[in-house]
Amino acid sequence: MAKVIEGLYYAESHEYVKVEGDFGYVGITDYAQEQLGNVVYVDAPEVDDEVTQGEEFGAVESVKAASDLISPVSGTVVEVNEELADSPEKINEDAFANWIIKVQLSDKSELDNLMDAAAYEGLCS
Amino acid sequence: MAYKYFPHTEEDIQQMLKVAGVNTLADLYAEVPEELKLKRDYDIPSEMSEVDIRKHFKALGDKNKQLVCFAGGGVYDHYTPSVIGYITQRSEFLTSYTPYQAEISQGTLQYIFEYQTLMADLTGMDISNASMYDGATATAEAMMMAVANAKKKNQVLVSAALNPAVIRVVETYAKYHGVTIKLIPTLNGATDKAALAAELAKGESAGVIIGQPNYYGIVEDLTGVADMCHEQKALLVINAPASTLAALKTPGEWGADIAVGDAQSLGLPMSFGGPYLGYFCAKEALVRKMPGRIVGGTTDHNGKRTFVLTMQAREQHIRRQKATSNICSNQGIMTLMVTIYMSLMGPQGLKEVNEQSYAGAHYLYDELLKTGKFTPAFEGQTFFNEFVVKTSLDVGKLQQKLLDNGILGGLKPEGVDNAIMFAVTEQRSKAEIDKLVELIKEA
Amino acid sequence: MNSTYYGTLIFELSKKGRKGYSLPANEFKGYAIPASISRQSETMLPEADEQTVVRHYTNMSNNNFGVDTGFYPLGSCTMKYNPKINEENATHPAFAGLHPLAPASTVQGALEVYYNTQKILSELGGMSEFTLNPFAGAHGELTGLMVIRNYHMKRGDLKRTKIIIPDSAHGTNPASAAVCGLEVVEVKSTADGTVDVDDLKPLLGDGVAGMMMTNPNTLGIFETKIPEIAKLVHECGGLMYYDGANLNPLLGVCRPGDMGFDVMHINLHKTFSTPHGGGGPGAGPIGVRAGLEAYLPNPQVKKAADGTFYVNYDEDSLGSISGFFGNYAVVLRAYTFLLSAGKEQFAKMGSLAVLNANYIKESLKDCYELPIQGLCKHEFVFNGLIDKSQHVTTLDVAKRLLDYGFHAPTIYFPLLFHEALMIEPTETESKDTIDEFIKVMKQIAKEAAEDPEMVKTAPHKAPITRVDDVKAVKEPKLTYKAYL
Repeated sequence: MAKVIEGLYYAESHEYVKVEGDFGYVGITDYAQEQLGNVVYVDAPEVDDEVTQGEEFGAVESVKAASDLISPVSGTVVEVNEELADSPEKINEDAFANWIIKVQLSDKSELDNLMDAAAYEGLCS
Repeated sequence: MAYKYFPHTEEDIQQMLKVAGVNTLADLYAEVPEELKLKRDYDIPSEMSEVDIRKHFKALGDKNKQLVCFAGGGVYDHYTPSVIGYITQRSEFLTSYTPYQAEISQGTLQYIFEYQTLMADLTGMDISNASMYDGATATAEAMMMAVANAKKKNQVLVSAALNPAVIRVVETYAKYHGVTIKLIPTLNGATDKAALAAELAKGESAGVIIGQPNYYGIVEDLTGVADMCHEQKALLVINAPASTLAALKTPGEWGADIAVGDAQSLGLPMSFGGPYLGYFCAKEALVRKMPGRIVGGTTDHNGKRTFVLTMQAREQHIRRQKATSNICSNQGIMTLMVTIYMSLMGPQGLKEVNEQSYAGAHYLYDELLKTGKFTPAFEGQTFFNEFVVKTSLDVGKLQQKLLDNGILGGLKPEGVDNAIMFAVTEQRSKAEIDKLVELIKEA
Repeated sequence: MNSTYYGTLIFELSKKGRKGYSLPANEFKGYAIPASISRQSETMLPEADEQTVVRHYTNMSNNNFGVDTGFYPLGSCTMKYNPKINEENATHPAFAGLHPLAPASTVQGALEVYYNTQKILSELGGMSEFTLNPFAGAHGELTGLMVIRNYHMKRGDLKRTKIIIPDSAHGTNPASAAVCGLEVVEVKSTADGTVDVDDLKPLLGDGVAGMMMTNPNTLGIFETKIPEIAKLVHECGGLMYYDGANLNPLLGVCRPGDMGFDVMHINLHKTFSTPHGGGGPGAGPIGVRAGLEAYLPNPQVKKAADGTFYVNYDEDSLGSISGFFGNYAVVLRAYTFLLSAGKEQFAKMGSLAVLNANYIKESLKDCYELPIQGLCKHEFVFNGLIDKSQHVTTLDVAKRLLDYGFHAPTIYFPLLFHEALMIEPTETESKDTIDEFIKVMKQIAKEAAEDPEMVKTAPHKAPITRVDDVKAVKEPKLTYKAYL
């Protein structure tokens, strides 16, 4: 069973955002990494790139599949998890600890469009 | 009536129909709407025996003239070692599919890996893909890759001295893909660097494509061009006929980001235009934006060094409309031919091929000027194994006279009036060149 | 094929001072390539004598499996026998040395082959005209979509930028559409894998350039609603594109042109027997219905009133998509095949392929899960083993087949079924070969139940064991330099 963590916001396309103040840490869920299998590459945006809720900002690849990353929030990328460039398998080890981008949120009301842990768990079951 | 490519006997068919649960072969199409069925014979020729096919091909072949070739324009009459034809007919190579099942496709994967190594080395780039259709489409793919890389810019600058056959294909792809192509004019037969600099400075271009040697055979001085491109975050794409890479300053040495071109000149027969092979090499940082198949080294579960198709998440069967390209083939057997060619020729062989082509072309050039009927088209430029000369003669009549004497003389170069363009390879002897010059003297 | 692996690379056989070629002496003295334009770095081309090179590639070939080695039931790839006279003609000395820019008067035989092939393909496809310029199936798709866009643009109808594609389509379809600057709109499949007409209707409108389909579809099912679909698309002003990847089963029965398709491509390396060559070269000629001929790519090969052939550049053409005349030697092979089969054998070709497919399907459906019952065409899909209790996957079955001297079917495509195992025999496989294949597939099902570990670690008799493709991506080694 895939893990779901309380307190995060979830998108239908299996990304999560963990909000701390005006910032959000965006990654893919444990369910998403399970479906994908061995992650071999993360195609992440660059710092200062703008992301928009519901729009693609990168991709995660396994050997035989690739999944677009859809941003659950809008804002500016302030940090990219550089560790994933060399060790993309960290996403398989712990998808929630290994976020992909840190975003300065431009509109926190957008979070209302996302699911809470219980709703997301329902989606995955 | 039995047929040599169908192994089914009448009895086989009856037994199989029974298992399939139908009575006749026609019943296998029971669900196909009647109005869609073709209720007549195809209007095509009747089946022919092998004997008759050979006669038919002999008759067709007799309608082609076998000529001594002084034509280039991107296709060159280089020598094909006899080994190539024998090895490439091995059905283990010829009749295999794309190497999806790595365990029984190491042969294909190994030669592609060798090819990638040789091609990357020849161009002076880090990596190569497993090959593309031809030089023109490989250049079009480079154009699209430059735009994808730049993200927000969709203009690509193309030197007007690039082979026009390549420009036409790049323009077609660009038109439908939504890319703007701006041609950079020539100055004395070479890319006008000042015009290029001015255009680049506008900051609107994702890439620059230059031919080297260019269409007119000129080896361009590309000093500073890579820096100009990189200052504007544009990719520099150099298109070079593959054989010349062994002798000339490489795209890598000029600072290119992508090297593309046709590898026909590496031992592939001219074969009326194909199949050839487009090579596509790049800097390592661009690997995930590359089109086409890529083979990589790995190990099997016993730790043996083996090879496999890799970085497939770029490709159409996984990414669908978000793939880097729609291409799903490589040129397989042509890749093998080029690989064997390079293995046989080695560094010394390719050096000799280039030296002889260069020397023959320059000898012909000097002899033509001596006749007094020709003048240099581009004074002061350095050419390699192909060149343009201006002439007071009627070019059409001259070409016909040469044809009548079994010679495919020079081509009429696009974009230069009253001129003719000759190419020379190591296959052209001094006697053949002297005969060409004699005929021209009479003209 | 060998059971032991030949794993040497040519670079490891190189020895300084060896030579594998001979060239005439340089007769032109005093013309040295100036240092100012010369390459600065040494090349790493190998130095090897001729026999070393010949043995190297001969040994390497023994690591490979081809159609001539054994049965190749690869779904959607139509791995039929590649006749040998095709090869003889592909390298025919009267054609091999022709320069593509030689005047038409000197290449009349070459142009005649090209022209005759266009004509025969037009009749087989039910089209008005063909071009042989596209280099491959995907290239044909791209060219065909350019024809469609060109058609709309020439009429000044610039808003048609959407292309409808079934969700079961080959990945090349949406990829080609994207290269052509079209927006992909996916239409859903019904439970039996055919296009859902109710889902299609609301997608239609004046923004639609056309629809791409293959028929039979990627599940091997004939789309019986094709007349209705074509009518709907035409009524909204779009054109129908036929992906010819699955044309083989229709030979002798029906033609894409008669089903309402306006533009189509053909894979000469599938239906018309030219070898796949480990990935190429193939050829993807495209055909168009009457009224669209001028839009075909340049150069075009035409026949004059006096019976001679000439090369034409049409102003209405979509442009050039190849340097010259496509993969010409592949055309020589296909033309040879067209002549050798003739109308008599093309009449039977499709039905024999379909017979082989249905025979395998019915013979194995007790061991393998058959999600769609009923007649299939040239291919069909199993959704893995029926007995999934031992967790033996489709990949495992595929790898075990290699041990028995068969190539694997296409696996994990189409995406509609998680354990897809797609089998396409062709008409050139005998009942004897197929019976052996059926026996082996049943044996593997038995092994999966009795000794699953052995199946999961297959192959055991191939030159190598399973490769680590994760390592290949994570530690990329893309040239030999990575080993130095």
